[in-house]
Amino acid sequence: MKALDKKLWRELWDMRMQALAIAMVIVSGVGIFIMSLSTLDSLYETRETYYRDHHFAHVFASLKRAPLSLVKRIEEIPGVDKVETRVVAYVNLDVEGFDDPVSGHILSLPDNSRGLLNQIYLREGRLPEPGRDNEIVLSEEFVQAHKLQPSDTISATINGRRKALTIVGVALSPEYIYQIAPGAMFPDPLRYGVLWIARQPLATAYDMEGAFNNVTLTLSRGTNEQTINEQDVIDRLDDILKDYGGIGTIARKDQFSNRFLTEELKQQRTIATIFPVIFFGVAAFLLNVVISRLIRLQREEVATLKAFGYSDLAVGMHFIKLVLLIVSLGVIIGIGAGIWMGKGMSNIYMVMYSLPYMIYVLKPQVIIAAALISMAVAVMGTLYAVYSAARLPPAQAMQPELPAKYHTTLAERMGLKRWLSQPTRMILRHVERRPLKSLMTTLGIAMACGIIMVSGFQEGSINYMVEMQYGLSQREDMIAIYTEPTSKRSLYSLQSLQGVEHAEGFRIVPAKLQFEHRFYRAAVNGIQPGGSLMRLLDTDLNIIELPKEGVVLTDYLAEMLHIKTGDMLTIEVLEGQRVTVQVPVVGTAKQYLGMNAYMRIEALNALLKEGYALTGALLSVDDIYQRDIYAELKEMPRVAGVVEHDSSIQSFYDTIAETILFFTFISTLLGSSIAFGVIYNSMRIALSERNRELASLRVLGFERSEVAYILLGEQALFTLIAIPLGFLIGYGLCAYMAFQFDSDLYRVPLVLGMNVYAFSALVVLLSSIVSAIMIWRNLAHLDMVAVLKSKE
Amino acid sequence: MIELQKATDHPLDENVVFHVHGVTKIYQMGEVQVRALRGIDLDLYKGEFTVLLGASGSGKSTLLNILGGLDSPTEGHVIYGDRDLTRASEKELTAYRRYHVGFVFQFYNLIPSLTALENIAVVTEIAQSPMQPEEALRMVDLGDRLHHFPAQLSGGEQQRVAIARAIAKNPDVLLCDEPTGALDSKTGIVVLQALQRVNQELGTTTAVITHNAGIAQMADRVIHLADGRISQVDVNETKLAPSQLSW
Ligand SMILES: Nc1ncnc2c1ncn2[C@@H]1O[C@H](COP(=O)(O)OP(=O)(O)OP(=O)(O)O)[C@@H](O)[C@H]1O
Ligand SMILES: [Mg+2]
Repeated sequence: MKALDKKLWRELWDMRMQALAIAMVIVSGVGIFIMSLSTLDSLYETRETYYRDHHFAHVFASLKRAPLSLVKRIEEIPGVDKVETRVVAYVNLDVEGFDDPVSGHILSLPDNSRGLLNQIYLREGRLPEPGRDNEIVLSEEFVQAHKLQPSDTISATINGRRKALTIVGVALSPEYIYQIAPGAMFPDPLRYGVLWIARQPLATAYDMEGAFNNVTLTLSRGTNEQTINEQDVIDRLDDILKDYGGIGTIARKDQFSNRFLTEELKQQRTIATIFPVIFFGVAAFLLNVVISRLIRLQREEVATLKAFGYSDLAVGMHFIKLVLLIVSLGVIIGIGAGIWMGKGMSNIYMVMYSLPYMIYVLKPQVIIAAALISMAVAVMGTLYAVYSAARLPPAQAMQPELPAKYHTTLAERMGLKRWLSQPTRMILRHVERRPLKSLMTTLGIAMACGIIMVSGFQEGSINYMVEMQYGLSQREDMIAIYTEPTSKRSLYSLQSLQGVEHAEGFRIVPAKLQFEHRFYRAAVNGIQPGGSLMRLLDTDLNIIELPKEGVVLTDYLAEMLHIKTGDMLTIEVLEGQRVTVQVPVVGTAKQYLGMNAYMRIEALNALLKEGYALTGALLSVDDIYQRDIYAELKEMPRVAGVVEHDSSIQSFYDTIAETILFFTFISTLLGSSIAFGVIYNSMRIALSERNRELASLRVLGFERSEVAYILLGEQALFTLIAIPLGFLIGYGLCAYMAFQFDSDLYRVPLVLGMNVYAFSALVVLLSSIVSAIMIWRNLAHLDMVAVLKSKE
Repeated sequence: MIELQKATDHPLDENVVFHVHGVTKIYQMGEVQVRALRGIDLDLYKGEFTVLLGASGSGKSTLLNILGGLDSPTEGHVIYGDRDLTRASEKELTAYRRYHVGFVFQFYNLIPSLTALENIAVVTEIAQSPMQPEEALRMVDLGDRLHHFPAQLSGGEQQRVAIARAIAKNPDVLLCDEPTGALDSKTGIVVLQALQRVNQELGTTTAVITHNAGIAQMADRVIHLADGRISQVDVNETKLAPSQLSW
């Protein structure tokens, strides 16, 4: 080994704790970079593979009923490749020993087939025998949630008739990666499932023999001459299905489950961009201060080396090598940590979403990028210090550095001076002498504080959404969803059930909402004015009174359509007479989930040119009778499904508890690694810079604690300023993420409870205390005799 | 307040400030032992101005550091008043330095972030019956440099601030390790005058290390060290004023 390299290793060993603290920050940066990008790639790859292998459709449409002969016309639409028709129904389910309302979608399967399109992934068991009306394949999530297995039986109310169904297979479907009941807020595998059954018996039950009520299709790959226009196909299909009660055709990108997954990927991308930037920034800053200090300590050695004939480049490379060694350590551990976290995240996604498998993808580019970015950032961070070391003429470098110049600080000049002890003045002056470094140190600690806050933000937002949606707006205990629009009288029979305190009917109509050239498919909700169960709230949580005419839109929907109160909204109803009308927008409602239009139920029914009809009812019930009421509802042929919120919210919390814990763990780990990295390094450097001063004070009779005050007081000051600043940064980060996560599916409210602030402050304080303890032990070894023997 | 423990087995003449008895100091440098002091017996008296002379490496600084409670001997005892420094704990030694000793060093060791006045205040703030920092600065003729930072003072001025800092707490002993080592003769004399004035006006027991035999002429007693031992002790019948010294 060359002498210079020996020096390198020895120095690295001497500063091992500092090197480790910096490496930790790099580990965090590289780790989170690789974690998010590999999770992103894995999700994409898994989704693509799954979609491709299982022929996930490109276009989806539901309708009332159409004869199979229509298929030919659909196939003739230019650009259409394969077409599959199905019978689909929403049904009430019953699992023995589980009393809560359970509902599900039941889908037909062609004979001896996993389907032509949207093929199911059969995890276990077999397909139903053709024609058997008592054999089903059941979605895996549901099976797992209820601890069922093949050969177990559940029952379903199929078109009003209760039927026992034997599970013969367990499956997943690309169509139901995200499984959520209509009207529900969260996925709840205990209370919602997907079933597949042979086509013929299902068709018979719903009077769909030789007919269908659902069609999906794939598009042929565009040839050179003609590229397939998806929207064109959708419009033509809509046109064909219009006469058969079509309720709107959607593209794959609007398919519910796919949409959720896409949003998740978007979130993942946001995480993959902001966090590594912060970590790499902090790492660059740390390397810069540490290497600058090292070089300042080595001025004379550098000069001596140069006097002996080492070139600027050789001297510069010497320090760059040191930096790269530290970075390499961080990168190597970071890659390991990133892969570990990436796999953990991917698995969480696999379970959270119903994915049959997860293809973990770690692209070499990602690793190379992580390594190159870290190295580049680190070298950039230290380049200036190295450059000035390499450029220093030997004669000048041999001279000791001039004594540091200090000034009285602003605080003292403002008249605070007489209140400040000498040690306190030392702290303030030292802080003010290096304003940039002080600022960066404070900023670094603040970043740590902010990052930790991000973990708490998720939970607060969800709590707030639930409180807003179910505490204030939707206050029913149960929703009964009808099989088809039913007269107002149905409400009376519900009200007459023992234990029902109050019932409010509602009408939901699928529609295309349009303003200027922008449109969105949504449901128009007809609700009872002045109702106590369904209330619309404005931004200040005041109840909005629905006027006789006009429509209230979810605020986000109004924004999306660029429509304001007073503008005329075009509503194209996708059902029944398919009327198109113009209705004034009379207000917007604050809603975090979904996007809807609301009208008075009479006004809506009048628009539809139909009599007063309901598609469901909201019930508030006495807790004691909840089970009984549910049992009775299940027996009602008109009621297709029952949704109950409280228990599904609870089960949602249970499902995400682990995920939230994982996120909290990771972001706390990351945050504290930054906090520790910044605080420990800055203390170490301060100790090295002020070693002489502090030892001199010890000689003069200062206690270790009094000397520690001067050194640690400075850091305490940084930390105390950093915490409120960190709160601001954390708030900003959360706000940015909330903003990025917003979509028409959901908006993330920015709710940060006191506990979030307190926790992040606590972690930062603990990190500084740990650093302080380590420095305190160093202070015991201040060499008083040595500092007297030498000039600086 | 933490005070030193009484040394019961060493009754002292009340004029003796330091009683050094059989002190050796061995530095262990890996395999090699360096014997810096090899059995020192010495008494220093109240109000006395002593000069320690000796070749480089003879053990002067080691002895002074032990007297000042910065280091402890390998063997032997150092009795200060009626207390044994060699038995004192780290905390007791800190208190000893804080309340009883004033130090002046070759390289001044001022705090760069504090002004001249504040460098003194930093010590008087923690002392028991200090003088006013301004008064200490006046004693070393620096009454007009109160608000200068060390970087704005010459070497001689810095050293005089260091002396003011050492005397401001009204210490019982003043220990100076080559206070003029980094200064030219003219400034050196100004610094020595300051030391002598303190010694005469306040009666502070003063020990000064120097390489410069000329300085010995202003001392009451001159102690010669050679190779870790006291080789000779001279008592000056007539002391010279610093201005009369041949440098
Ligand atoms: N910390 C130490 N470790 C090892 N040896 C030491 C240490 N301090 C001093 N010595 C040795 O002890 C001996 C006495 O040193 P000391 O500093 O007392 O000499 P000195 O008389 O003050 O010399 P100078 O006039 O050069 O300052 C020397 O040989 C020195 O090398
Ligand atoms: Mg010496």
